[in-house]
Amino acid sequence: MVQKTAPGEALRASPGGDSVPAAVGGRAPRRGGQLNRQTAAAWVLILPFVVLFLAFTAGPVLGSLGMSFTDMRQRDLRTPFAVNGVGFDNYIKALSDETFQKAAFNTAYFVILGVPLTLVVALGAAVLLDRGVKRFQALFKVGYYLPVVTSIVAIAVIWRFVLAPDSGLLNTVLGWVGIDGPNWLASKTWAMPSLIAMAVWRNFGSAMIIFLAGLQGIPQSVEEAGQIDGAGPWQRFRHLILPLLRPTILFTSVTTGIGYLQFFEEPFVMTQGGPLNSTISVSMYTYDQFGFGNYGLATSMAYILFVVIAVITFIQFRLLREK
Amino acid sequence: MRRTWWIYLIGVLGLIAVAAPFLWMVLGSFKTQGELLRVPPTWWPQDATSQNYNDLFSKANFPRYFLNSALVALAVTAGNLIFCSMIGYALAKLRFKGRNALFVLVMATLMIPGMVTFVPLFVLVTNAGLANSYPGLILPFLVSPFGVFLMRQFFLGLPDDLMDAGRVDGTSELGIFARIMLPLTRPALATLGILTFLGSWNNFLWPLVIAQTEDKYTLPVALALYSTGQNAQNYGLLMAGAVVVVLPVLVMFLVFQRHVTKGIAITGLK
Repeated sequence: MVQKTAPGEALRASPGGDSVPAAVGGRAPRRGGQLNRQTAAAWVLILPFVVLFLAFTAGPVLGSLGMSFTDMRQRDLRTPFAVNGVGFDNYIKALSDETFQKAAFNTAYFVILGVPLTLVVALGAAVLLDRGVKRFQALFKVGYYLPVVTSIVAIAVIWRFVLAPDSGLLNTVLGWVGIDGPNWLASKTWAMPSLIAMAVWRNFGSAMIIFLAGLQGIPQSVEEAGQIDGAGPWQRFRHLILPLLRPTILFTSVTTGIGYLQFFEEPFVMTQGGPLNSTISVSMYTYDQFGFGNYGLATSMAYILFVVIAVITFIQFRLLREK
Repeated sequence: MRRTWWIYLIGVLGLIAVAAPFLWMVLGSFKTQGELLRVPPTWWPQDATSQNYNDLFSKANFPRYFLNSALVALAVTAGNLIFCSMIGYALAKLRFKGRNALFVLVMATLMIPGMVTFVPLFVLVTNAGLANSYPGLILPFLVSPFGVFLMRQFFLGLPDDLMDAGRVDGTSELGIFARIMLPLTRPALATLGILTFLGSWNNFLWPLVIAQTEDKYTLPVALALYSTGQNAQNYGLLMAGAVVVVLPVLVMFLVFQRHVTKGIAITGLK
């Protein structure tokens, strides 16, 4: 009974909701007891989260930090507290390691090229769907979003065949227009752009959905006002629509950036970091060090990545937040 | 009206670009090894074979990996639906000390890379005797900051009057949550359920670390290891394997796509 009738009545009452408690009356004297009951209920409801969070997130985050200042290796797995502190040795070792520097460069390359490309394609697709494609809009939306839900590992396996030198799909298509495509993944020059292209292909749908929602939230009158003022389509987009999308651009650039800074599966499956480390990423090199049993070193590398992600996220918020 | 045809042309070309690798995968999975290596490549399989799918059973144990992936994803999804809605409700609707601090903490963990936690997590799980076990695969993912955020946002949108009405009727605080408020979040739960299932199904780094013997592999782990190991040249097997990894989530997404895109938009705009 309670569930069936109360919600409807309350929903109808909610526009003038302030009067409801007054009409109910007698609320003020019970307030203290009610707050206590709320606190008790809140503790019951947050307890599972707090336990899981402490064990599997907070604990490991701090553990990782501690570990990065020790010489912990695989042989210490069963005795994690019987290790020696080594100060900043792991950090110094990581930062002066040429392969790590290469990995950092590659990660920066992937992010600096990949994030803007992803957002431009996503915004283009969103504008196309919002302004141009009225019929079958849902079909296009779902189609563009498909790659986002699929496993990066599977995508990477498929793209290895798409990018294969002679029997691959891409070079066959390029051959139609007379372009002799390279052996993409075996080329030091082309391997990284190939991974970026794949990342854009897989991820733009996610940002597109958010842009689309943002565009649909902009009232028609904004554009009409621009039209009356004689602004062309591009000017209206540049000076009226784009500024209103600022929060959306902030959100998508932050989430895409955080994801791309950690790229791992793509080189793991497609290139194993090669050729000649030209596609190894910080995440992948960290994983390699873990595989070699260098736990202390691996955690210091992960923390360097963590700090970079935090700083870049902070900068993005400063640059793009609403004035 | 004049300009519509080329807008649709761009749109369709985009769809082709998105769909082509998937079609390449499905067609390739029915080709023989010899045909897969042919230059120039064939489009339609010339002598279609189901050998690659047979190999998934005989040369590899894909049914097992499939069941592992499904089991882990279902358990993780159930955990998230229960625990994220509980804390999401508390954060949105109950007044208690430390609520804001707790919410900030949850949000802060959104940007912690999996790389940061996996080494100590591995040490912890190994010492708890859970390495290479289902609990080891499942436990670390039973709640997610994203899920907490999604549920909190949805609960915020529900009117407080409902709770007050319940209190007047003498329903307990937990009863108000479970019997009055939770049933109203069905759309959010659907979104959270789908997204969590997809995320778990595709999860790679942690299963790669923790599943040490073949009988605990999830699909992405098996596919990645086969594609870099001694089967790296068995292209047909890899194509068929990719189909098995991708197809279930594609079907699931197409069935439930409304919930997915809506959820993304909700969390993106708030």
